[in-house]
Amino acid sequence: MAAIETDVVIIGAGPIGLFAVFELGLLDLKCHLVDILDRAGGQCTELYPEKPIYDIPGIPIVTGQELTNRLMEQAAPFAPQFHFGEMAKTLEKLDDGRWKLSTDAGTEIIAHVVVVAAGAGSFVPKRPPLPGIETFENAGDGIGVHYAVRKMETFRGKNILIAGGGDSALDWVINLAPLAKSLTLVHHRDGFRAAAHSVNQMRELEKEGKVKFHIASVKALHGDAGKLSGVTLAGHDKTEWHHEADTFLPFFGLTIKLGPIAEFGINLHENLIPVDTARFESQTPGIFAIGDINTYTGKLKLILSGFHEAALMAQAAFHVCRPHEKLRFQYTTSSSSLQKKLGVS
Amino acid sequence: MKIIAIDRQGKEHELEGRDGWTVMESLRDGGLDIAAECGGACACATCHVYVNDGWFEKLPAPSEGEIDMLDMALAVEPNSRLSCQIIVGPETDGIKVTIAPE
Ligand SMILES: Cc1cc2nc3c(=O)[nH]c(=O)nc-3n(C[C@H](O)[C@H](O)[C@H](O)COP(=O)(O)OP(=O)(O)OC[C@H]3O[C@@H](n4cnc5c(N)ncnc54)[C@H](O)[C@@H]3O)c2cc1C
Ligand code: FES
Repeated sequence: MAAIETDVVIIGAGPIGLFAVFELGLLDLKCHLVDILDRAGGQCTELYPEKPIYDIPGIPIVTGQELTNRLMEQAAPFAPQFHFGEMAKTLEKLDDGRWKLSTDAGTEIIAHVVVVAAGAGSFVPKRPPLPGIETFENAGDGIGVHYAVRKMETFRGKNILIAGGGDSALDWVINLAPLAKSLTLVHHRDGFRAAAHSVNQMRELEKEGKVKFHIASVKALHGDAGKLSGVTLAGHDKTEWHHEADTFLPFFGLTIKLGPIAEFGINLHENLIPVDTARFESQTPGIFAIGDINTYTGKLKLILSGFHEAALMAQAAFHVCRPHEKLRFQYTTSSSSLQKKLGVS
Repeated sequence: MKIIAIDRQGKEHELEGRDGWTVMESLRDGGLDIAAECGGACACATCHVYVNDGWFEKLPAPSEGEIDMLDMALAVEPNSRLSCQIIVGPETDGIKVTIAPE
């Protein structure tokens, strides 16, 4: 696949990355965004989609999901290109002064400016604290430890163990039970956070003998050379037993890890990117940092601060992308050229 | 109001809790390694602790929301709690918690 060329590549499609699209768009700069999540919104949609936010200027109350929807709508006239489900993995400076960002899915994006809007880092699955778990993570399709199901078919005929009590755990119990040789669910209590209808479906499958459910937790993994053969389970009364499994699917939701950004060669201070407050540029020229990922004297990790940072960053980024052009300061209210870009006049 | 906290290396720390604040805030402000990613909104389960030495029974029962969110915590035990949901007060003086593994 040929590398994509654009003005700006933004790492992170959280609220601040989304608003940056708008501010950059007003200055005619085109953006591509990369996010490991499968949708926009960052913390707002991952951690609190239904909770109300009360401190967005001019919007007295808005939920995390609604704010994301509105930011998407606001950015839409500038046709941002999203690369969801991809991790920004490496960053390389090219001889012509531009940057090449590569993702774990093989996408390559060449841009004049990199904007890191990565929040506290990327959302990755929680990994149970079991010794040696990482050795089973790359065992192959359908076997060993997996944190997501990409191709259901690869799990056919396997002895599958699922752990967790949320929607993902229950959804995969229901979907994989028909293909599995055996399917066992373990959870620490006889109650589930998952939607009631999924729980009912699971109980049905249990009654029909298609699913086994234990109130238990996984204490150890066993196998040879990365190939899982079984696990030790422990019940509430601490009795332990061996359980045969080819596949272990732990579903405990996501956690935030700084991730590959730490290896981009950008100067970091306690996992944050120090920036100057005139340009919001990192100590590496051409790489900007806005939103929760940056730090400066007086920094507040609030959405409204990130919006301000995006506006100032865009002005500075313009001069990097268009060194020979002059920037004209205009209001969206009164500028017909800005309104044309927004598709409103 | 004292909080005794055992970190993931097994080291014991004595922290000062503020009346009306949460145990999570004391752990975080005391520099202990606790992610508390959602900042206390009961939305991440990364502030998971075990409540030790009979203190579990002395605390007000966890809310429905906390019990549900504990489903997203790793290595849950019968004395598991989310530390952002434990409010510090005179009745918690001396409470002992262990930070759960991650
Ligand atoms: C429960 C809760 C309530 C909150 N309430 C408020 C409030 O009322 N008001 C307020 O102003 N703020 C609030 N906040 C804070 C607010 O959500 C954050 O300040 C805001 O989300 C920061 O936006 P961001 O775009 O900088 O980062 P994030 O929202 O964290 O988004 C960053 C994105 O970057 C992605 N990413 C990172 N690294 C990579 C990589 N290498 N490759 C691919 N993708 C990557 C992540 O997956 C993520 O989607 C709250 C936060 C929480 C958790
Ligand atoms: S800090 Fe997120 S649940 Fe307690």
